[in-house]
Amino acid sequence: MALGVSKKEKIDGLAETAGVSLAASAWKRLKRSPVFLIGATIIGIFVVLSILSPWLAPQDPSVPMLIDQVVKARNEIPPPQPGHLLGGDLQGRDFFSRLLVGSQQTLIVGVGATIIGLTGGLILGTLAGALGGWVDSVVMRIVDVMLSLPSLLLAFSIAAMFARPSQFTVILAVSIVQIPVFARLLRGSMLAQRHSDHVLAATALGVKKGAIVFRHMLPNSLSPVIVQSTLVLATAIIEAAALSFLGLGNPDDRLPEWGQMLGDVQNVFDTHPHLAAWPAICIIIVALGFTLMGETLREALDPKNRR
Amino acid sequence: MLRYTIRRLVQLVGVVLVLSMLLFAWLRLLPGGPVSALLGERATPESREALTKQLGLDQPIFVQYFKFLGRAATGDFGVSTGVQPGDSALEIFLQRFPATIELSFFAILIAIAVGVPLGYLAAKRRGGWFDNLSVIGSLIGVAVPVFFLAYLLKDVASSALGLPSQGRQDAIDATRVTGFFTLDGLITGEIDATLNALEHLILPAIALATIPFAVIFRITRAAVLDVLDEDFVRTAESKGLTAPVIRRRHVLRNAMLPVVTTIGLQTGALLSGAVLTEKVFSFAGVGQALAIGFERRDYPVLLLLIIMATIVYVVVNLLVDLSYALIDPRIRTR
Repeated sequence: MALGVSKKEKIDGLAETAGVSLAASAWKRLKRSPVFLIGATIIGIFVVLSILSPWLAPQDPSVPMLIDQVVKARNEIPPPQPGHLLGGDLQGRDFFSRLLVGSQQTLIVGVGATIIGLTGGLILGTLAGALGGWVDSVVMRIVDVMLSLPSLLLAFSIAAMFARPSQFTVILAVSIVQIPVFARLLRGSMLAQRHSDHVLAATALGVKKGAIVFRHMLPNSLSPVIVQSTLVLATAIIEAAALSFLGLGNPDDRLPEWGQMLGDVQNVFDTHPHLAAWPAICIIIVALGFTLMGETLREALDPKNRR
Repeated sequence: MLRYTIRRLVQLVGVVLVLSMLLFAWLRLLPGGPVSALLGERATPESREALTKQLGLDQPIFVQYFKFLGRAATGDFGVSTGVQPGDSALEIFLQRFPATIELSFFAILIAIAVGVPLGYLAAKRRGGWFDNLSVIGSLIGVAVPVFFLAYLLKDVASSALGLPSQGRQDAIDATRVTGFFTLDGLITGEIDATLNALEHLILPAIALATIPFAVIFRITRAAVLDVLDEDFVRTAESKGLTAPVIRRRHVLRNAMLPVVTTIGLQTGALLSGAVLTEKVFSFAGVGQALAIGFERRDYPVLLLLIIMATIVYVVVNLLVDLSYALIDPRIRTR
């Protein structure tokens, strides 16, 4: 340090470096990351589209307006024509409008599954991490049983439990699978904090147990959970497609969802490949967008990468 | 080491018991239950009642469960209602398990053989075009629905490369010894049967390998990046060791632990991916049986196959944990 610097300035300098929170420095790095910006742009467009799609869609996605052009015997479907950019689907509904409106249900599946998985994981993880002892043991045994089954297989089994599958049972199946993952992440980082200095300091000051958990421990444990949430948004959408493919998806297709559109046309992959390709491309792009955001978030929130 | 292994095996028994209880309760509490599954929609109330009595379903559920455990101990897991109606569930599992082992083995082989070297190269050229390209490729690999990729391979690659896209083997006259079609030919000397079975494995194995490949690639890359920063690598370089020696002895060996863990965890992805891939390629393995079982609600088969999948998954991961000792001498001494 230069000789001319006064003690006062030294302290100011220290305060400045210590004052940058992890979130602030992460955000600073994210803004410069082209990969994050690509992911965020994809997701931004996706979210806007899914909100506006009912007004943007040129046709009603649930009306079989081109049904007279569907010839089952010759396996013919309506070709692209004026007013119907991509032609019709197997039931003679406007395919382009269905793709557009499909973004809405797809977003609902992704967000719904993440919220349920996150809430369940938050409750279990906080209980285990904050209370410890026998609560921790019980919660972790439940988590262990759930994790000892391959996750997608568990989702299939849960979906098969319901006699009447619907959008909600699909969301439930792909979200329950995520609960143990969230619970474990949260418990891990909360346990690490139980013996840390700031929790000890708060205890010594006489802060109530609840306040320590919710104001000191939980906020400091959230970053791996946030990263996992972004990744779950992607996997939920892909897994919903797999459920439809196995006949465990939502049978009601008046309101289309991309995974359902993809799974439902499995028998015509060879004759009408575009019916599968379009929803598949949409799923891949959106899943990629969420994954890019999640991975760059993980790097940015990793204290090892702080400069 | 031994104590650790025993403890894990006891845990496994506990997990299987709890799981079987849950699955059992699930099957019995289903709307309609096994009676509707067996008789279909058009059953008369009289025949329903008779079958309910005959199956012992009028007894309390825990009595039923203990009876089920007793039968299961003798290998009787019930009779298939949808996958291969009339066959016993255990028979279906034993018949189909070798097929899935073959498929998963080749898939994970492809994933490791491509993923580990690519991950190493990408890490060595951190930030270069090769690194960026392969990272993006691996991210796309995870984003593609497995069954869609399988259909792409089936429709496009099979006609372009002239590879078979259906079943495990053509209807050729091959002697069956072990149930592993690739091994049978080698044992009996029918090399053409082995080659034919291998041809049938290529496309489904590639489809099944994509997700494990993408994950193994990324973990290898991250692990190698971590190790390359270590002081001992710099020391090895500065004392003049040749690049191959540093790579083999110092970098790869130290980077292997997380990679091996990942390979174990990927068995889960293989088992669930097999359900989708085997359905697409009409590959007569456990995965296809599960897919048909879910579709036709064949509960005895589902119950047995899900429990078996769990056991395989847990045992593979136990073996992986035990293999740490072989890779890392520091763990051996503990």
